[in-house]
Amino acid sequence: MSIEIKDVHKSFGALEVVKGVTMTVEKGEVVSVIGGSGSGKSTLLMCINGLEPINSGHILVDGTDVHARGTDLNKLRRKIGIVFQQWNAFPHLTVLENVMLAPRKVLGKSRAEAEAIAVEKLSHVGLAEKLKVYPSRLSGGQQQRMAIARALAMSPDYMLFDEVTSALDPQLVGEVLDTMRLLSSEGMTMIVVTHEIAFAREVSNRVAFFHKGRIHEIGPPAQVIGAPREPETVAFLKSVL
Amino acid sequence: MFSSVSAFFAPLFETSFSLNDLMFMLKGAGITLALTFWAVLGGTLLGVVFGVIRAISPWWVNLPIGIVLDIFRSIPLLIQLVLANSFKTIIGVRWDSFTIGCIVLALYCCSYCTEIVRSGFLAVPATTRRAARSLGMSWTQDLTAIVFPIALRVGLPSWIGLTLGVMKDTAMVWWIGVVELLRSSQVIVTRIQEPLFVLSIAGLIYFLMSFPIARLGARLEKRWREND
Repeated sequence: MSIEIKDVHKSFGALEVVKGVTMTVEKGEVVSVIGGSGSGKSTLLMCINGLEPINSGHILVDGTDVHARGTDLNKLRRKIGIVFQQWNAFPHLTVLENVMLAPRKVLGKSRAEAEAIAVEKLSHVGLAEKLKVYPSRLSGGQQQRMAIARALAMSPDYMLFDEVTSALDPQLVGEVLDTMRLLSSEGMTMIVVTHEIAFAREVSNRVAFFHKGRIHEIGPPAQVIGAPREPETVAFLKSVL
Repeated sequence: MFSSVSAFFAPLFETSFSLNDLMFMLKGAGITLALTFWAVLGGTLLGVVFGVIRAISPWWVNLPIGIVLDIFRSIPLLIQLVLANSFKTIIGVRWDSFTIGCIVLALYCCSYCTEIVRSGFLAVPATTRRAARSLGMSWTQDLTAIVFPIALRVGLPSWIGLTLGVMKDTAMVWWIGVVELLRSSQVIVTRIQEPLFVLSIAGLIYFLMSFPIARLGARLEKRWREND
């Protein structure tokens, strides 16, 4: 049970953004990915659940090749939850309906079952009071927690977080990080692309530093963030801390 | 000024307009409603199909559809009706004028509805659709559960406007021999020679038919806006 990324290359037109990345995330691990803008870290995340095609290499999720011809991506995505920088609420549905939608449509749950799941997940992220509200009435932090609950409602084995606090007002960042801390404490396998270095240091088993489409340094947070070996890592940490 | 007003209202007190005439006009109004119903139904169904095709297909599919729809939108409806009616005779089909009227109006409605659907479809952010797909929803599920409901909210005001426009445009079907509301009014005017009075009644009937649709649209819009 793992996500294996093997020598993945990804280009947008002539621009190669991921230049041969290899790493493995074991079940139960929390791996944070840090690095400057345009270093390819978000793109790699989109490739893991097949939202973006890759040019070469392989990504295996529990042994299934994501980008192989016969892979049923809709089925594969059930076990990989993803939360985006822009929370992407479905504006025409209430908070409860937002979370109920995928269990009903994708897993074929009954209305009652889906509602029970949604209420449980929304309570888990602290939104039990907001079930009947439309997303536009929520703060950014609440919408982002709703997006987390929406992904959790599919009972995924892996959670991917793509700079989920970058678009939030500073005072709302904490509540979202708390929710992610909760998940990591429950043993959720997570790949977290983030600019929150302190958070990465606190929750991660390993930290990967991305630079120009490659992993420059990967290891325990105490090493990568505490005592970086590569000059690029040192320069990056200096610029953000 | 005063004399013209009194001339306008004089027939109210002294008119040859009979209950039979009113019934005749209401029958015409029934035809107007039927024309509107079929034209908007057909035009909307076709418009949804072409609108979605236009929103998702490459330029070489898009361009020919766009040109054909532009033709329907650019040529005056009256000319389209007369041409279609003659064309019917040339190719030898035995459809009545009502059917021809419905078909021409439906194509006309479709040409506008396609653009409403296309722009509504494209108004749904790609990131929202990506979020739906990331949950394991298929392309079709994304379409029915996310894209259509959001596009509907974007496009409804224009669609209501289109429906009201088509209802008024049905009046032109008179030219190919369909006795709808305006034509039936004209028949009565010719007989009793009270054009202002008869046309006022016709206008009132048009208003009574349009008003509920406009109100329904406004109510839906208001309900949806409260969620934004």
